[in-house]
Amino acid sequence: MASAGKKVKFDNPVVQWINDRLPIYSILHDQYGNFPTPRNFNYFWSFGAIAMAMLGIMIVTGVFLAMSYTPHTTLAFESIEHMMRDVNYGWLMRYTHMNGASFFFIAVYIHISRGLFYGSYRQPRELVWIFGVVIMLLMMVTAFMGYTLPWSQMSGWGVTVITSLFSAVPLIGDGLVTWLWGGFAVDNPTLNRFYALHFLLPFVICAVVFVHVWALHVSGSNNPTGVEPKSEKDVIPFNPYYTTKDSFGTVVFMIIFMAVVFFAPLVLADPAHFRQFDPMQTPPHIVPEWYFLPFYAILRAFTIDLNIPFTHIILLPAKLQGVIAMFSSILLLLFLPWLDTSPVRSAVYRPVYKWCLLLLLLAVCALTYAGSKPPEGMPLWFGIVGTFYYFLHFLVIVPVLGKYEKTLTPPASISESVEAGHE
Amino acid sequence: MNKGDCKIMKKTLSLFVFLITLALALPVRAAEDETLPHQHWQHKGILGVYDKAAVQRGFQVYKEVCSACHAMKFMSYRNLEKIGYTPDEVKAVAAQYTVTDGPNDEGEMFERPALPSDHFKSPFKNDKAARAANNGALPPDMSLLVKARDGGEDYIFSILTGFETPPADVQLMAGMNYNKYFPGHQIAMAKPLSDGQVSYADGTPNSLEQEARDVTQFLAWVSEPHMEQRKQMGIKVILFLLVFAGVMFNTNRKVWSKLH
Ligand code: HEC
Ligand code: HEM
Repeated sequence: MASAGKKVKFDNPVVQWINDRLPIYSILHDQYGNFPTPRNFNYFWSFGAIAMAMLGIMIVTGVFLAMSYTPHTTLAFESIEHMMRDVNYGWLMRYTHMNGASFFFIAVYIHISRGLFYGSYRQPRELVWIFGVVIMLLMMVTAFMGYTLPWSQMSGWGVTVITSLFSAVPLIGDGLVTWLWGGFAVDNPTLNRFYALHFLLPFVICAVVFVHVWALHVSGSNNPTGVEPKSEKDVIPFNPYYTTKDSFGTVVFMIIFMAVVFFAPLVLADPAHFRQFDPMQTPPHIVPEWYFLPFYAILRAFTIDLNIPFTHIILLPAKLQGVIAMFSSILLLLFLPWLDTSPVRSAVYRPVYKWCLLLLLLAVCALTYAGSKPPEGMPLWFGIVGTFYYFLHFLVIVPVLGKYEKTLTPPASISESVEAGHE
Repeated sequence: MNKGDCKIMKKTLSLFVFLITLALALPVRAAEDETLPHQHWQHKGILGVYDKAAVQRGFQVYKEVCSACHAMKFMSYRNLEKIGYTPDEVKAVAAQYTVTDGPNDEGEMFERPALPSDHFKSPFKNDKAARAANNGALPPDMSLLVKARDGGEDYIFSILTGFETPPADVQLMAGMNYNKYFPGHQIAMAKPLSDGQVSYADGTPNSLEQEARDVTQFLAWVSEPHMEQRKQMGIKVILFLLVFAGVMFNTNRKVWSKLH
């Protein structure tokens, strides 16, 4: 290990001294300074950096919140109100953390969509993609647990609804729910374990982000053409080109984020989140945060129990179908690298698939809408059609279309595509 | 990036932004009840600030009327300085209430006049007592009422002005009152405000609408006491970020112009 990489000389003697003993500056230099990067990124490639900035913001604001927060059913709501009113800049920490979760998801969802569109999940970046899906899953668990901490009506009832889903698991379901709750109802033990995990998981996310980026730096980045770099002409050093570009992208994102935090901190919040949890009073609509809505809609799109034909014996209750579908809708992404059969990586050169991806986006929007409404009438249909297309897309269109689509010819190299663009 | 590509990206990007906004807007809009009449509230604008005089009058309405039933447990008397009362005035307001403190050195609880640092005194000992005095219904705590109801200020104002004699076909349950805007129309609170209920020291006409508007603005301030500080800070932060974005844009362009 000692001789890893070429020796770099540093002007600063202190840096040189440290680097001779712990080659942290060489690593930074190789991985972020000199790192050869395709020269044709567009701004969609900034969302990785943006997501990383959001993770940092969540951890910093979260640690400050934790200094004033009390994880007890009788005190949680009050401790947060105390922070909002009496702790210096407590409102700023809370609103940043609260809206930060939303903007973290916006960044990550765009980041994932980028990967879907340009085929970044494909060989040789399967592990990069898989670690990405793991990050998304961990974020969902983290955000879900964080949302329970204020112990509001939405917190308490949200946990009740979502944890109760596990009762659909055959045989062990009820035991599983009791185990999750730490008792026979959503109560103090539930709040305490969620707090412990909510504090822990962001650091686990950091670790997975590290591995995600490590794997990325082995394969190198994809780019809008989906064509691998072939010569020196195709790549540029990460620094300064992408450090400045990503910084600009991040600042623009922060403008939008901060505008919401300071001028409309409640646009994404449900009024019931400002009422203390009352286990005796169910709110009229229990709606999860917007970033869960598509999955919530998939969960509720199944309304018919599957019976053994001509009997009343239920084989697969509707609830269990929904639970299975919801979890599969995310886990399925893990297999995407092997589902895609197209010879071409980037959707830019796939005239038909491009439209299918647009349909997927529409389906997800329809699911988001459906998830925000009670599951009946039109919204239920949006949910059913959206769910149908979601699975059709990944399980049928992606594998089959890849074989039969007449693709355009991607440019021979990145530099060729760049030159064509400059004429 | 080639030009065609660039155009596609721009189109997809704008579509993305549009769809995301739409997706976000839908559930939020859906929460709003269209049947609530809209009122203009000066503090609701992007840069709007509270109407201090109205908020002070609203405090008077709360103190003289609503506080008989509705608690406001997250507020302290000293917070009133933020809406323009002097420390002495706040002391005088607090001193009108008696709170239980202790135990003292003898181990006994004792009564004393409230201090500015005390939280607002609740009208009832606990929720059970509040229900017992109100026909079984619980008057909700008002510290967060505006933030905790769909429709916010418009909803509160509508409730206060929405009491009516029930239509002939409506059978009111015992102890209930008819209100146009309350979900289900039957509310356990009797009409709390009417014309001339409070007399304002500043000579503002004390119509029902005026009282309702004033107390609603007070409740909005109580829900979000740091709003003005937040917006002021927001302007600075956004200005800073805009300048920063300009600098980064320029740096980025310079860096890339060297590439060929
Ligand atoms: C005599 C006691 C009493 C007084 C005085 C009183 N209220 Fe109420 N209020 C209640 C009760 C009880 C309820 C609960 C009604 C229900 O749930 O049916 C209530 C409910 C409300 C609601 C509806 C909240 C919701 O759950 O949506 C509003 C708004 C309200 N009060 C505002 C006021 C205002 C403003 C004042 C002062 C001007 C006031 N009240 C004075 C007893 C009172
Ligand atoms: C992956 C990063 C994180 C995400 C996505 C996340 C998400 C959330 C969400 C959605 C809430 C509810 C906000 C609200 O409604 O008020 C919340 C609350 C909270 N979080 Fe986090 N969080 C993250 C990191 C952290 C960290 C690292 C800590 C502490 C070290 C932390 C501590 C808290 C505390 C104390 C609360 C309760 C206070 C409150 O609700 O405002 N969070 N979090």
